[in-house]
Amino acid sequence: MACFLVPAAEAVITTIATKVMKSKEGNPDTVKVQLDGAELVEAEKIPFSRKLGWLNKLLWGGSALLAFEHIWHGEVVPWFPFLTNASNPTNAAEMLHEMATAGVAMAVLVTAVWAGMLVVSSVIEKRAKKALPAES
Amino acid sequence: MTLLTTVFAAVICTVIWYKGAPKSEMKVGVLCWMYWGASLMWLVDAIFEYADLHAEYFTPAPADMLNDFYLGLSVVALGLVIWLIILLVKDPKGIVKAALFRKKN
Repeated sequence: MACFLVPAAEAVITTIATKVMKSKEGNPDTVKVQLDGAELVEAEKIPFSRKLGWLNKLLWGGSALLAFEHIWHGEVVPWFPFLTNASNPTNAAEMLHEMATAGVAMAVLVTAVWAGMLVVSSVIEKRAKKALPAES
Repeated sequence: MTLLTTVFAAVICTVIWYKGAPKSEMKVGVLCWMYWGASLMWLVDAIFEYADLHAEYFTPAPADMLNDFYLGLSVVALGLVIWLIILLVKDPKGIVKAALFRKKN
């Protein structure tokens, strides 16, 4: 009905947060790592704003494609009030219920998957540092 | 069917991205994020639908399946169009710029 609006709203917030973080971040940390398993190279650790950008892309991309699905099913229209279910109170209540259940669950799942990616990337970063020879 | 189509698109794009990484000249990563984001959201939709229909969820009517597959393909096509626009606007290889400007002799 309009479940995609919840992740889209989250995307707006995270996009603003990314812009703010980007403007406040200093120079990225540089570390020596073995990227291809052979020679040591100096590499920059990616900043958190870039990792937050992953969440933005997941949320914006998913919301855009889901919005298309809603247009396909006639739930989103190009005229006011844009959401067909918003035109009468009974359907509007049903729509809000769907947003509160499916919409919130979508936003939570996408955020949880992103959090999982952060954990995995942090483990990979730590492992890469540990794998360095003692002298470096 | 829409979920399945999008998941396949996401997996294929991720494999293509991994093959070309760390260079991202073709910006395939954009497609990966888009399709994975949509797949996760449709997964939630599928879970809610399964909670409603139970086993019946796995035996859709052929007409519904066909319509969902048609929608899935349309979603993949829309994703490709969005990716193409981003690719041409960002122009990482400078092809569009080279086409617009000619070197002065």
